[in-house]
Amino acid sequence: MDIVDLSRFQFAFTAMIHFLFVPLTLGMAFILAIMESVYVMTGKTIYRDMTKFWGKLFGINFALGVTTGIAMEFQFGTNWAYYSHYVGDIFGAPLAIEALMAFFLESTLVGLFFFGWDRLSKEKHLAVTWLMALGTNLSALWILIANGWMQHPIGSEFNIDTMRMELASFSEVVFNPVAQVKFVHTVSAGYVTGAIFVLAISSWYLLKGRDLAFARRSFAIASAFGLASALSVIVLGDESGYELGDVQKVKLAAVEAEWQTHPAPAAFTVFGIPNEETQTTDYALKIPAVLGLIATRSLDEQVPGLAELKQKHLERIIRGQEAYVLMQQYRAGDKSPATVNRFNELKEDLGYGMLLTAYTDDVANATPEQIAQAVEDSVPQVWPLFWSFRIMVACGFAMLLLFALAFWHSAKRTVDKPKWLLKFAVFSLPLPWIACEAGWFVAEYGRQPWAIGEILPTHLAVSQLTVTDIWISLISIMVLYTVFVIIEMWLMTKYAKIGPSSLHTGKYDLESPAVAKEA
Amino acid sequence: MDYEALRFIWWLLIGVLLIGFVITDGFDMGVAALLKVLGNSNDERRVMINAIAPHWDGNQVWLITAGGALFAAWPTVYAASFSGFYLALMLTLFALFLRPIGFEYRAKIDSETWRSRWDWALTAGSAIPALIFGVAFGNLLQGVPFYFDDILRLHYTGSFWALLNPFALLAGVLSLLMIVNHGATYLQLKTEGELKARSEKLSTIVAWLCALLFVLAGIWLYAGIDGYVVKSVIDTNGANRTTEKLVEVAAGGWFVNYGKLPLLWLVPALGVLGFIGCALASKAKRHISAFVSSSLAMAMVILTAGISMFPFVMPSSSHPAHSLTMWDATASETTLMIMFVVACIFVPLILAYTGWGYYVMRGRLNEQHIRDNSHSLY
Repeated sequence: MDIVDLSRFQFAFTAMIHFLFVPLTLGMAFILAIMESVYVMTGKTIYRDMTKFWGKLFGINFALGVTTGIAMEFQFGTNWAYYSHYVGDIFGAPLAIEALMAFFLESTLVGLFFFGWDRLSKEKHLAVTWLMALGTNLSALWILIANGWMQHPIGSEFNIDTMRMELASFSEVVFNPVAQVKFVHTVSAGYVTGAIFVLAISSWYLLKGRDLAFARRSFAIASAFGLASALSVIVLGDESGYELGDVQKVKLAAVEAEWQTHPAPAAFTVFGIPNEETQTTDYALKIPAVLGLIATRSLDEQVPGLAELKQKHLERIIRGQEAYVLMQQYRAGDKSPATVNRFNELKEDLGYGMLLTAYTDDVANATPEQIAQAVEDSVPQVWPLFWSFRIMVACGFAMLLLFALAFWHSAKRTVDKPKWLLKFAVFSLPLPWIACEAGWFVAEYGRQPWAIGEILPTHLAVSQLTVTDIWISLISIMVLYTVFVIIEMWLMTKYAKIGPSSLHTGKYDLESPAVAKEA
Repeated sequence: MDYEALRFIWWLLIGVLLIGFVITDGFDMGVAALLKVLGNSNDERRVMINAIAPHWDGNQVWLITAGGALFAAWPTVYAASFSGFYLALMLTLFALFLRPIGFEYRAKIDSETWRSRWDWALTAGSAIPALIFGVAFGNLLQGVPFYFDDILRLHYTGSFWALLNPFALLAGVLSLLMIVNHGATYLQLKTEGELKARSEKLSTIVAWLCALLFVLAGIWLYAGIDGYVVKSVIDTNGANRTTEKLVEVAAGGWFVNYGKLPLLWLVPALGVLGFIGCALASKAKRHISAFVSSSLAMAMVILTAGISMFPFVMPSSSHPAHSLTMWDATASETTLMIMFVVACIFVPLILAYTGWGYYVMRGRLNEQHIRDNSHSLY
């Protein structure tokens, strides 16, 4: 593997591991705030115990979220130096604002959440918990503004003198529609994760017949919060961003295995086997008109297929090739108005010209084969996107069904919930993580070959490190993260098994000395 | 406000963030690095850990923010330093990994081996970054080998081992001792009895050492290390022309600024006095004074490095003209302005709620308190 593959692999690995912990933090923070609100409003100590116990599990998860988060902040500089230089003027700002506005708040208050119970009044502690939840969510907002800009980079302009993208409109970057839908979609997915977590573990207590009062109340809160969140994930899903920008269109076409442009409204492929060689989908099961409706919200607009998009990319690569050559001339000292004017006409396509640097150092004389290869690689492989998207959606609907049933049984105040429902809940525990990881895979793999959509190709974005350097870091990270994840899962399982008895209040089922010893 | 003023403000603000980092995260790193040195029993070590437990996470955000601010305000510096010092940064990162989980997981299992392993993890996780940050500054003061190609892609040509040169190691040791001393002054404020007495004793000795090493580093810098001087006129109000200036490498170059403005000598002088004051205050059991002196001294050490190098932030030893300065490696005027406004709003807010957090958790901890709250504390 070369430095590009290794850098990509390292980033993907660290990001995917990081996102095992983030969604649970996002969701649990709100669930804790809700539980504690009920405690403050009703004065029933069982709700305080719930906040403290689920808070313990939250803490075990939070620690690894922080640990793996530090790696994310450092990695742009360490492994993506040209990226950092090229777009830092825009991309750095939301990251810095995230730290100042959100991460400080979250991290300072998480200390008071855990250690402030005896030192703060009920109301003040509740305020701390809510502000901590607010902090985690604001944090997600700014990170997704940064990520949204990678998918759909608006509000910025290329400066040939500084050789980078510079901020033109901060408000466009903040109110980037792709970022906004992404934010709602992602935090809702986090809430779903938190809700499934509480629901599954509570169901396990119910199945075991343990700590029933505690488990029932946790079950009820998780099912209501989860139902609302699951609806929000699905209804306010990512899809409304797919009209914007070529990268998003490519992603949509790949996700739907829409090889060719079909007459509007396009059909939606539920299942099938995408075949890269023939550029068709074998055994496709299609529902007429649905894709057109989802993607364009109309019956008469076409959804462009991959073939059409590639044709467009060819034109842009040729323009981009010229732009790249003019850029080189300018930087070599030719600052004549003719060069500048022609460059300005073409600069929107400079990124497409940069795609050619993957195949040749001499962009000016790229061969037709090299250009054809660049066009071919200007869209990602279809089947990984096709399948990961369907896995995400399937998990999403399964969880929606679970929440609907759980909520219905909670609302009916069924004392003994049916066993099958409880088992369904327990076995659903991995679903939100599978959905989250699959979703991020669609978002990030679907953006390839771009690091910044249509602006900076991934292969150019890396740091000029040696292969040995990256192998050293990659292997170390993999070993460390594996150890950390094993410890985390072990502690999490251990404390989930002990349950509220771990609070040592003397009120819970395992606290009779004989049972406690066993746990 | 013009571009030049914003660039200068951001040089100051990066300094403020670094100072915020060493003063706050510095003491919790120091405490954790001292776990096995000052804590003789599990209860004592738990007192130490719980003295910082509610705060270390918030403190660490100063580091994250400094990283983020570097990214936003000096993107090229962020790119060059983080990728140039790649393996050193990775080592820092791995060390930092150990802290959040060390704090959170240490008390989760009642086993001596388990706790001892996490104590070592916390010690390493705190001492290694402190050492490496010092080594990094030591190298910046000597310049590091890198250049930019025609599309401003950075190529770093040094190696990891070259970073470990004698001057940089001296800076590393100074940084580690500063942090350790600062941790000890915090323990003076937060503990009782023998632990407090040991912390006082440690500061009395280590603060003197810090003063000594700081002076030694200054003499070495004057006598043995060439500084960088800009010989062309940089357009401080124009777009970055990072590679187009004229830079001379000259003996005594890092002392030019003090010659121009002799008042600046106050900064290193206050640094030395701060360390001495900390040693004396620790001996006299004036804990607040010890902590404040230590904070002042560390702030002055950072400022000294910044002022000596001004306007350079990352000089290139192989291609001096490609050196990064705070005038020509910054973000655009728009971004600097927006980030300045954001900092003006949020830094005071952060100071306010952080201060409130310390107020809520005020008071000294003792071993009895740890035993009484064994299940809810770290």
